[in-house]
Amino acid sequence: MNALTVGEKRTLERKDLAHLLSALRSAGYRVVGPTIRDGAIVYGEIGREEDLPIGWTDRQDAGTYRLERRTDSAVFGFNVGPHSWKKYLFPSRERLWTAHKTGTSFEIAPEPREEVAFAFLGMRACELAGLDVSDRVFDGKVHDPGYHARRTRLLRIAVQCGQAGGTCFCVSMGTGPAVRRGFDLALTEILSPARHYFLVEVGTEAGAAVLVDVPLGPAEGPDTEAANEIVARTAASMGRTLNVDGIHDLLLSNPEHPRWEIVARRCLSCTNCTMVCPTCFCHTTEEVPDLGGDRVERWRRWDSCFNLEFTSLHGSSVRKSGLSRYRQWLTHKLAGWYDQFDTSGCIGCGRCITWCPVGIDITEEVAAIRTVPSKPGAKP
Amino acid sequence: MASERMAAPAEAVPDPFLPLPYEVVSRTAETPDTVTLVLRPRPGTPPLEFSAGQFNMLYRFPLGEVAISISGDRTHPRELVHTIRSAGKITASLTQATPGETIGVRGPFGTGWPIDRATQGDLLIVAGGLGLPPLRPALYEILAHRDRFDRIEVIYGARSPKDLVYYDELQTWRSRPGVRFQVTVDAAGRDWYGDVGLVTARLPDTRVDAARTTAFLCGPEIMMRLTAQALDRMGVPDRAIWLSMERNMKCAVGLCGHCQYGPSFVCRDGPIFSYRDVKARMMLREV
Repeated sequence: MNALTVGEKRTLERKDLAHLLSALRSAGYRVVGPTIRDGAIVYGEIGREEDLPIGWTDRQDAGTYRLERRTDSAVFGFNVGPHSWKKYLFPSRERLWTAHKTGTSFEIAPEPREEVAFAFLGMRACELAGLDVSDRVFDGKVHDPGYHARRTRLLRIAVQCGQAGGTCFCVSMGTGPAVRRGFDLALTEILSPARHYFLVEVGTEAGAAVLVDVPLGPAEGPDTEAANEIVARTAASMGRTLNVDGIHDLLLSNPEHPRWEIVARRCLSCTNCTMVCPTCFCHTTEEVPDLGGDRVERWRRWDSCFNLEFTSLHGSSVRKSGLSRYRQWLTHKLAGWYDQFDTSGCIGCGRCITWCPVGIDITEEVAAIRTVPSKPGAKP
Repeated sequence: MASERMAAPAEAVPDPFLPLPYEVVSRTAETPDTVTLVLRPRPGTPPLEFSAGQFNMLYRFPLGEVAISISGDRTHPRELVHTIRSAGKITASLTQATPGETIGVRGPFGTGWPIDRATQGDLLIVAGGLGLPPLRPALYEILAHRDRFDRIEVIYGARSPKDLVYYDELQTWRSRPGVRFQVTVDAAGRDWYGDVGLVTARLPDTRVDAARTTAFLCGPEIMMRLTAQALDRMGVPDRAIWLSMERNMKCAVGLCGHCQYGPSFVCRDGPIFSYRDVKARMMLREV
């Protein structure tokens, strides 16, 4: 079979999903995707289709996440969990280099670049937007060598959301739910009593290449219509909304809004929101010496602007109060990011709302700051 | 085929995290806790071209890295000069470095003092404490092109006479015609014949033409804020007041997030900022 061209659509029967998985593996990809672990849908190795959360869904609200059985056997019938794809492109711990003592001096050996090619199976529209945000951070003005190497080989297999989660607000952020660009392949799961199948859209030649030996059927008008209906239904059932009109100036002109004090009383500075956020990129470095002191490794690991030591300077911290740290996070995410990367840092996935142990809701905080604006003028 | 695409290696990009080896050439004690190190690139390491006001990340094996301003003359790029105060584990060890030892260097990073914008007018430099070393490359450059500026005044303040850095050079600068160089200390004994008081106390005494003045400020944040506010009141345009900010730094290339100051990365968008751009956030606490 000849390779499909970009933009072409086909159908893939549910029973043939395993063929797609094996095609990915034979093309040399390491397939990662949603799987159930510790009571949540996380991202992990997908060795066979049974690793996927078939017949499971998640119920989410502020501070709440529950797995539930579906009444059907949908393969992708859930939303996003506590993991994001950043854990593969920007690992939570990564060695940057190793220094060896040589006499009275030392030598630094760069980190060999791993040749792994990931296939991310099941990227949601908001997560594709998150990948674009991460690309601007790690592969824009400066190239992070590890990120760049892994990103270059990445295959993105998107899945349209067949439902919205309780904390989703991608419609407000303009990032979803429709998968429109930035994918190699896009799947829409269509489930009816008569037939369970996927509409497959080819986004790139790399995506077309893996389909060469996968059994596919023609995509007719009704298939595309059914897929469009699913996405429209999802768009209409968002769990949350966030008014982004003038949000950059709104936040930068309200650093002394009384709401910061109110939210700071609830915020535990636990860093959960920054750990689950697909776009939070802050990290620190640490030196890991061997016992003899002749060899030391430079590692980096995820850090968070909620940590007190994050802004340590001359034995103190710049942002000592919880107020200043929450204000920094939210203002950066929704405003400062535009100045830095010409995009919002928020993709509307709702993870920070779901995984906040006290249920702080970013959409509610912005609404509160918008409703009672304090005197404008001051910019942080 | 995907396999063909994957067989092609990822386009190699320069690694911004790798320090390059420099040899310590000399170590000069400036004050009881501050030394000046002169570094020279090891064979194979290219000389480091920089702008006055930029900084490097200095790596001390096996402890780690710190951000230190470059304090030498940029017309001598083979001599990389850093003045370092012992403040933490890494800087304490760096101040103990002896000639022949190796120091890792990444850089230069950040923005420089906008010296060209200061020509055709008066220039006022205000340094507090260890704020003088990041300004010294600018001083060298300005003094080498004295005729491009009108009036030049420098105010340098330190806690006490023993905390003054570049002591011998201060005498040269002070005796040089065409530059008014004032030194003041917060407190001193009877053997000090100079001024006592904060740098801001010297400002009313300056003879610069405020409307035509460019000011470079470097020192503790509180000192820069008070000085900038005073200059603002004197009529120095806020866009002509420049200051060098300091924040925690790990990567120095705008990736780690530590140095964020409002929407700016101090490592990339700074460390030199115009007062006009940071005035509002300087008035806020804990930004």
